[in-house]
Amino acid sequence: MAILVIAEHDNQSLKAATKNAVTAAAKIGGEIHVLVAGSGCANAAAEAAKLAGVAKVKVADAAHYADQTAENVAALVVANAAGYSHIVAPATTNGKNFAPRVAALLDVAQISDIVGVESADTFVRPIYAGNALATVQSADAVKVITVRTTGFEAVAEGGSAAVEAIAAGPDLGKAKLVSRELTKSERPELTAAKIIVSGGRGLGNGENYKTLLEPLADKLGAALGASRAAVDAGFVPNDYQVGQTGKIVAPQLYIAIGISGAIQHLAGMKDSKVIVAINKDPEAPIFQVADYGLVADLFEVVPQLAAAV
Amino acid sequence: MKVLVPVKRVVDYNVKVRVKSDGTGVDIANVKMSMNPFDEIAVEEAVRLKEAGIASEVIVVSAGVAGCQETLRTAMAIGADRGILIESDADLQPLAVAKLIKAVADKEQPQVVIFGKQAIDDDSNQTGQMFAALQGWPQATFASKVVIADGKATVTREVDGGLETLEMALPAVVTTDLRLNEPRYATLPNIMKAKKKPLETIKPEDLGVDVAPRLKTLKVAEPAKRQAGVKVADVADLVSKLKNEAKVI
Repeated sequence: MAILVIAEHDNQSLKAATKNAVTAAAKIGGEIHVLVAGSGCANAAAEAAKLAGVAKVKVADAAHYADQTAENVAALVVANAAGYSHIVAPATTNGKNFAPRVAALLDVAQISDIVGVESADTFVRPIYAGNALATVQSADAVKVITVRTTGFEAVAEGGSAAVEAIAAGPDLGKAKLVSRELTKSERPELTAAKIIVSGGRGLGNGENYKTLLEPLADKLGAALGASRAAVDAGFVPNDYQVGQTGKIVAPQLYIAIGISGAIQHLAGMKDSKVIVAINKDPEAPIFQVADYGLVADLFEVVPQLAAAV
Repeated sequence: MKVLVPVKRVVDYNVKVRVKSDGTGVDIANVKMSMNPFDEIAVEEAVRLKEAGIASEVIVVSAGVAGCQETLRTAMAIGADRGILIESDADLQPLAVAKLIKAVADKEQPQVVIFGKQAIDDDSNQTGQMFAALQGWPQATFASKVVIADGKATVTREVDGGLETLEMALPAVVTTDLRLNEPRYATLPNIMKAKKKPLETIKPEDLGVDVAPRLKTLKVAEPAKRQAGVKVADVADLVSKLKNEAKVI
């Protein structure tokens, strides 16, 4: 039995989510190969080769994989699927984009967003915004799986896998990247941060979000997040959103400021180790999941907190 | 140009579901059902394309129990022209639904199919991408902006790092994210009008699609409950607890 993990990377370096996917693959059990599809992605492949437990890294290096379009990546994975019992990708926007195409082309189900491995064909996954956990068994010959990164530790380094170039597939030319506006930040990545400072509608506007939350995040070396309400209201860009349909996070410390705690938001952060909630409404549902709740006016206490840490 | 929008009937987003005590699933008896919110955004987008003179007809399709008729009527009250119900009491999983929609698309020949990016019940986030793969069509998932012109779709997508814009030739698949639009409220006259719009009912067998489930649910359990903690008196108390008790800063 062999498992093919599809690497998440930006051509230069491997993204942390790949490491969680490799851990999930190790739990399934079997020889682990990593596929790196990219353009000028040798460095990302070399990083993948260092992950513990990885036996082989296959690299398809071609210009038409530079932008990771779902059509081209899925076709490449399918062309290289023979001999693998499992195809595993992290449940990032990229993994969620191409993996169902792979499953459909192989005529198998996809098991989305797994948080647990029971056996080689049985997996645990959250449903209903994490309000229930389903244990599902796949009857298909090949299991196509996406992995919720917070469900698995990142694999350590220490491997020295062989790196092998494989033939690129044709450029299907279905979709063309026009532009990318990626948020630039010196802060840690939201999904990999140890501490997250997250703001909601209670902040009132984007200016307040910035002036109140940034100094606190700077002091803590934290990433910044937001509730859907704050993103919808335009306080911050979409990639800040934590929740059922945004990013799923599980930092050591999650500080929710001016967030009421809708179930869709809780779905994205309730696995955090320690949750702090600051809200002036003592009845806000966020307090039901918070380890430490501070009922107070955030405009008063957030600057105090930034000064005190 | 026809636009096809698949819609799913799900437990309303405001309902907190309860896991059944025998672990076979969640209790959806007597629970409010609604259209999947992402599908509502998809219907709204399609109707706007029609209002802008880009789409000629908006067809909505739903696969599931007879109650999905309500969901289709809701979509028609927003402005869809007609509905197709693929009626089945079976456990319809994403691959099966993608195949059913494919069979409908083969007949209706839409140029754009707009899906919700995920259903809020099974949270699978698969059907649109699977359909696109089965058709060999391009896809733009998690869309926050859609422009259809000159036989092309230009779609801005919400991705982990920010936004990206893709361009693709039609026919194509779009899946909606939250910020694509704000669906309108259906007005009473439109709800009345929707009752008279055509709604065709077919069966999976009519489409020649095998809908047998590939995944078997062995059990459904309640996740570990997080206990509410303590209320702290002030910032000093909070900082002290984070440092000395939780040891996270």
